[in-house]
Amino acid sequence: MSATNGLTIAVPRGALFSETVDLLEGLGLDTSELRSNDRKLLFEEIGVITMRPSDVPTYVEAGAADVGITGKDVLLEQAARGSGDLARREVYELLDLGYGRCTMVLASKAGPDPAAEALRRLGVMRVATKYPRIAARHLEETGRQAEIVEVKGSVELAPLTGMVEAIVDLTATGTTLREHDLVVREEIVECTARLIANPVAHKLRAAAVDELLERLRAG
Amino acid sequence: MIHPIPSGTRDVLPDETREVRAITDALRAVFERHGYGEIYTPALEYESVLARAGHTAQSAGSAEAQPAYRVFDGSGAALVLRSDMTVPIARVVATRYPTVEPPLRFCYLAHCYRGVRPQRGQPRELLQAGIELIGAPAPQGTVEALGVLCAALDTVGLEGYRIGLGDASLFPSLMAGLGVPEDARPRLLAALANRDFVGLEQELAGLGLAAQDRDLLLDVPQRRGGPDVLASSAGVVADAAANMRQVYELLDEKVAERVIFDFGLVRSIGYYTGAVFEVYDPALGAPIGGGGRYDELLGRFGRSLPAVGFALGVDRLHIALMGEERGTGALLR
Repeated sequence: MSATNGLTIAVPRGALFSETVDLLEGLGLDTSELRSNDRKLLFEEIGVITMRPSDVPTYVEAGAADVGITGKDVLLEQAARGSGDLARREVYELLDLGYGRCTMVLASKAGPDPAAEALRRLGVMRVATKYPRIAARHLEETGRQAEIVEVKGSVELAPLTGMVEAIVDLTATGTTLREHDLVVREEIVECTARLIANPVAHKLRAAAVDELLERLRAG
Repeated sequence: MIHPIPSGTRDVLPDETREVRAITDALRAVFERHGYGEIYTPALEYESVLARAGHTAQSAGSAEAQPAYRVFDGSGAALVLRSDMTVPIARVVATRYPTVEPPLRFCYLAHCYRGVRPQRGQPRELLQAGIELIGAPAPQGTVEALGVLCAALDTVGLEGYRIGLGDASLFPSLMAGLGVPEDARPRLLAALANRDFVGLEQELAGLGLAAQDRDLLLDVPQRRGGPDVLASSAGVVADAAANMRQVYELLDEKVAERVIFDFGLVRSIGYYTGAVFEVYDPALGAPIGGGGRYDELLGRFGRSLPAVGFALGVDRLHIALMGEERGTGALLR
């Protein structure tokens, strides 16, 4: 039996990776290979699989992993209402792990807010984002018409080229926004890393899941 | 020529049909043996009839329970494809059995239609097998339904399954017992229904409750496991779990050993009033089926009777059986 009580854990590569690995090491997992081999995906001997953060809910929902760690931004984006009702992930959200803290913001170019001007003169603002559901829901809830432009790469480019008046994006320190002469107009939601669990594993492996939860809480 | 069919539907060809037929024949035989007569109802119902069950676009709960396909007939009346069989059977009881002495026992094998995100074992056209036991109050009626459920799963040959048993009234009565303000209760329930314990904790933190009550409201819905979970509850929690204890005391030993008591079990469909349950198998990452008591639904159709029922997803059962047979599947690694 491994340090994770035989549970398979989905671990996010990317921004949350190093703190997640530290956390697993704190649980007694041998993370040396996890740290050294960034091409390997499946670490069966320690019950870890690695993937991009937005895939974590997919693997956990299907039961390919019992539990997983991903950002609240990912969970919100995959749970947003509207047509996104269909996308709600059937996973348990068990614990706020506290790290990876960042804020989902609405930002636009410094100076007079071009988004406000577009809304006043044209009745609609254009917003570029990698989080179309979160952006659409926020603008709907605040009663503003918006055209959501989904982009996959650097969102900061979109307002600089005049394609959109504002962006919705995740920021930790604000450095990237500042570098591109963008200022935060609204803070939408604060996001941290979360522990999630498959609904069947949560019942059939209750003791193992609860023990893991207890040890993570104790930090 | 390739002619597409709608997302979430599929053609079932002879190899698959033979396997599905073996399952449905076995289920039908078990239901009939327990005195449940099979019925058919129209796939199309008047929207106004299903709306009596709270099945409307505005009602709370997940998209799963809401009829997702709507058409208009020649006179402009709105028709919907049924999203489950429980509500049509409630209509049948009120309309066709207005004076017959209960209990009434019905079973069905029928397609239902839901606007879900199509994925493994979750089609939009969903074959359900289930029973409804009308006019049998808790706890005896619940015990009978759980007995039929286990008999059905045993007969089709599913081996590793467990039944999660909860009570839809448990958390609401706990909230009432601990003095949670009434306007906050729907938010707490919604967090629980979304399986969001972090959200539940955040909601609880803002309510100004005593620390021990707040901790209890977060801890109780995470309690699940064997009979010791029931035994270890005391005070206001024991009161809220009284219904579950009554059911447990009457269960046949073979059924009882399959049961996981789950104080946080909430079904996404809104009409459940008492005991609720779900079927889990390690070969599948999602519940195979579920059910519960709906003691107030029949009254909305004009014949007030306590009732309980369950539905199994035949496709999910098929996937789980194949997973067990091959020793592979979600949690069978």
